[in-house]
Amino acid sequence: MADLDYRELGLRVGIEIHQRLATREKLFCHCPPLMRHDEPHLWVRRRLRVSYSELGSIDPAARFETLRARVFEYGAYSDSTCEVELDEAPPLPLNLEALEVSIEVALMLNMDVVDEVHVMRKIVVDGSNTTGFQRTALVALGGEKSAIETSEGEVRLSTLCLEEESAYIVETTPQGARYRLDRLGIPLIELATGADIRSPDQAKEAALKLGRILRATGRVQRGIGSIRQDLNVSIEGGARQEIKGVQELDLISEVVRREALRQVNLLRIRDEMRSRGLSPSSFESAETLDVTEHLSGSKSKLVRRSLSRGSKALLLKLPGMGGLLGREVQPNRRFGTELSDYAKVFGGVAGILHSDELPGYGITEQELSYLYREAGLDRSDAFVLVLASGEKAKLALDAVRRRVMQAALGVPEETRRALPDGNTAFMRPLPGSARMYPETDVLPVVTGPLVRKILARGLPEMPDRVISRLVTHYGLTEDLANMLLDDGRIAQFERVASEISGLSPRFIASTLTSTLRGLAGEGVAVHRIPDSALETTLRLVAEGRLAKEAIPNVFRKLAENPELDPSDLAASLTMSEEELDEIIRRVLYEEREVVQRVGMRAFGRLMGRVMSVVRGRVDGSVVSRKLRAAMEEMMGGQK
Amino acid sequence: MNLSYSGRARELLESAGAKDYDLLRVTAGRRIYEGILMPRPEILDDLHVVLKMSNGYNVGIDVEKISSVEVLGRARPPERPSPPRVSPREGLPSVPIVVTGGTIASRVDYSTGAVKPTETPEELIDLIPEIAELANVSYVPLMAKLSEDIRPEEWGRIAKKVAEEFNSGASGVVVAHGTDTMHYTASALAFMLEGLTGPVVLVGSQRSIDRPSTDAVLNVTAAVRVAAEGPMAESVIVMHGSTSDDFAWVIRGVRARKMHTSRRDAFMSVNEAPLARVTEKSIEILNPRFRRRPSEPTEVVARVEIEPRVALVHSWPGIERDLLEAVVSSGYRGIVMAGTGLGHVPNRIVDEIGEIVDSGIPVVVTSQCLFGRVDLKVYATGRRMLQAGVIPAADTLPEVATVKLMVALGRGMEGEDLRRFMTTSQVGELTETISPSAYPPCFSGGARGG
Repeated sequence: MADLDYRELGLRVGIEIHQRLATREKLFCHCPPLMRHDEPHLWVRRRLRVSYSELGSIDPAARFETLRARVFEYGAYSDSTCEVELDEAPPLPLNLEALEVSIEVALMLNMDVVDEVHVMRKIVVDGSNTTGFQRTALVALGGEKSAIETSEGEVRLSTLCLEEESAYIVETTPQGARYRLDRLGIPLIELATGADIRSPDQAKEAALKLGRILRATGRVQRGIGSIRQDLNVSIEGGARQEIKGVQELDLISEVVRREALRQVNLLRIRDEMRSRGLSPSSFESAETLDVTEHLSGSKSKLVRRSLSRGSKALLLKLPGMGGLLGREVQPNRRFGTELSDYAKVFGGVAGILHSDELPGYGITEQELSYLYREAGLDRSDAFVLVLASGEKAKLALDAVRRRVMQAALGVPEETRRALPDGNTAFMRPLPGSARMYPETDVLPVVTGPLVRKILARGLPEMPDRVISRLVTHYGLTEDLANMLLDDGRIAQFERVASEISGLSPRFIASTLTSTLRGLAGEGVAVHRIPDSALETTLRLVAEGRLAKEAIPNVFRKLAENPELDPSDLAASLTMSEEELDEIIRRVLYEEREVVQRVGMRAFGRLMGRVMSVVRGRVDGSVVSRKLRAAMEEMMGGQK
Repeated sequence: MNLSYSGRARELLESAGAKDYDLLRVTAGRRIYEGILMPRPEILDDLHVVLKMSNGYNVGIDVEKISSVEVLGRARPPERPSPPRVSPREGLPSVPIVVTGGTIASRVDYSTGAVKPTETPEELIDLIPEIAELANVSYVPLMAKLSEDIRPEEWGRIAKKVAEEFNSGASGVVVAHGTDTMHYTASALAFMLEGLTGPVVLVGSQRSIDRPSTDAVLNVTAAVRVAAEGPMAESVIVMHGSTSDDFAWVIRGVRARKMHTSRRDAFMSVNEAPLARVTEKSIEILNPRFRRRPSEPTEVVARVEIEPRVALVHSWPGIERDLLEAVVSSGYRGIVMAGTGLGHVPNRIVDEIGEIVDSGIPVVVTSQCLFGRVDLKVYATGRRMLQAGVIPAADTLPEVATVKLMVALGRGMEGEDLRRFMTTSQVGELTETISPSAYPPCFSGGARGG
């Protein structure tokens, strides 16, 4: 995909970083902020409700229908979640440790910490919070000096909020969704920049820098999902899109690139519609036709299956739109896909069929012609077909009709979801002003004493300082130091390096970064290994009770079963001296002729043979020393 | 509009002419804040001014740092789209909702965060449209009280209103009530209302109605269903049956007790199974021993006489005579003891109790165990208590016995009359037999766990 000229397009991007904090407790209760990997102990079924008139101006009827039917299931753990996550007891006071970390970050970024922090309830009815709202507090505001430098200019910070993490979605169900409560209530910093970013690469750079500053506190969680980016993207003449949940840094620039492209293409579709004389009012009363009868004899499996289940086939006429629904707006996403998103969200249907992709899906050219004719349309027109129960199909087509009306005006403001390839899909209309009201169960907190405490202690070093200190003090390479920072392992590294003697800092650092990353790349669940187990493993190596070579195997086993004690593993993964001597004796015997012939020049060959048996269980240097001694003894014996 | 601030903050805001909910511009140090002035609860200090900013967040600004306050605009009444009008439908039963207070009758204004009372049935139907399918619902605002503030004298007002509604054709009456003392009011209505022609249903919410997760939706829907269709003609409590939003119990008012401070399923039926469970679709009878709707319409009578001066006294290892002396000298005219175990109090205060009984103040004995009945014949202490003249109330709950004694004394009962009244079942508050399945109170398999 050729890059667009983003300056010329007037691209504007803002980032919101969501970073989970590594505090001892959750934000509003004493539960541990731990992600679980086992089945919840009990499930609870709940519904959420907001009143009809609070639903806002965008098709309250449709949203209401979807809302009131939804059932959410929440999985709770009897040993690590409590009544607070289940919304069965009021929240406890705001976690001051989490507030302290937030203030630390705000001060590192020269932001203005508010004098008194007030916890708010932000209404969220997708089920991700048992309460139906997210508790969130504004901790700091950006000022003139709150900015980070990037290679393409300054990016200012606008707000820093401390929020509770939402529940973890296990799956969506036909009725709603299933969530786990282990994640709900973990403290989360939301750090938002202004819309100062002007290019896709700058967006990634800014996210990287901010992520490193957060990790420089040493008090943030690491691992999958512990940091997420939301992006606000617009181009001149387009509209602001809030893109949710970009988990990987590398995807950021691609999402921005593809969103800019989408807006460019949507504006082209608008221009084309205008040149065809189409305006929103052209679709104000676009007709819907029941074509269930017409398709009753269809050979299409898709159609037959739906109709046999009692679905209706409804067709929405889109006069003058021929060819536009098939236009690509992002790689492999067409304008028709955008319409389909609306049909799914507002009508709860599985999808749509549109005339630009027909014949297809088993619908023949004859059937297509027949539908065109029956609808009184010709090929310069388009139509959208929905197969669903009558009520759902109507809601879906009405949403499609409204989306087409918006297309004649340009790009609608939306909340969108990032897809794995960097495309985005519609989630919901961009909320107007968020419905927020005070969390009266939590008292406000005056920040002065915390700010003074932090300043007296001194702020954490900024990432640049951390890197240069690691390089000079421990002799690490800059790459290794950056890896420690990016993986959130600086504090752990320094602790291990000071507590365990006999291991080089480089070895410790590369074990905590490269080794773990390599294993993660193989699909090993290294995030499950407790920090204490990593450290014990290194200690065993330092004490000579475990071969360096055995480390990856120990980590593999720990990832499978995090409860194991590395010391027990060491015994089974380490070869005793007697066993090693026995193997060396055997190899020497088998290779005795070669040794007799070439002497010590056979060392490499023998070393290879011994290592092929003992690799991963004995340190290579030990093998080398013993083998050399044994060979010398053998040759000496011959003299 | 008021200005809810005090002290330093008040001086500052007053001098700028600001009132709660005005749009202000506040300069503090190098920052300028614009936002709506939020009211400040009394328990907070007088050193901060709270603004709701345009991004929705509230921030507190230290008055020390404020150099100027400017009023940009006056508070505006919240704009609220008016809910659709609901007209009565032919063929549906009529169910008035008598409102006494509690969060079930309030809603939030998101522009200010203020919680305001709902004023019309349309507002409730706006949130819970299901109830309009079950009945023609009307709204009868009676008082706006937190349930902990409702006095025994006010039970009579509620009882009269309920009787009035039945006598003008209600199929059942819902009473919206705070949950703390709901079981006291439910008991009072049970004793006061005679000739009931349908259910009196007390309902409330443990999660206030401004929250999307409110339990009020299920509770109110179930309550209206019971009032409209339920076969019982008794005072009952209808609240969540589990932590899930799946069903509600119908619990006899005189058997109900709030057993958890905050859970949705806080109310339990003690010493008997709940009368029924109400799901989204039906009312399933679990315990058919209840008073049914009469076949002929009768007049509902509210007998509201009450003697509020009855004390409920918990026995504990440190209880001494002086506590009882204090109760008597404070003018209480009856005492309900929540004794330990089978109903005991320490031997050292039994003589004092005898003297109190002799002075004409009845002492009724219940157990703080709640489950099971008192039995004062088993141990010597109990036998001494009987000799002292206490009235054992079998398996009547302490709170219910308290309300019952208030009613008995209010009706001028004394001596043997009073003893007979207190030791026999009037409205199902006391039973001869307790089913083995009534304890532990997990009335339907894993339902409690959700």
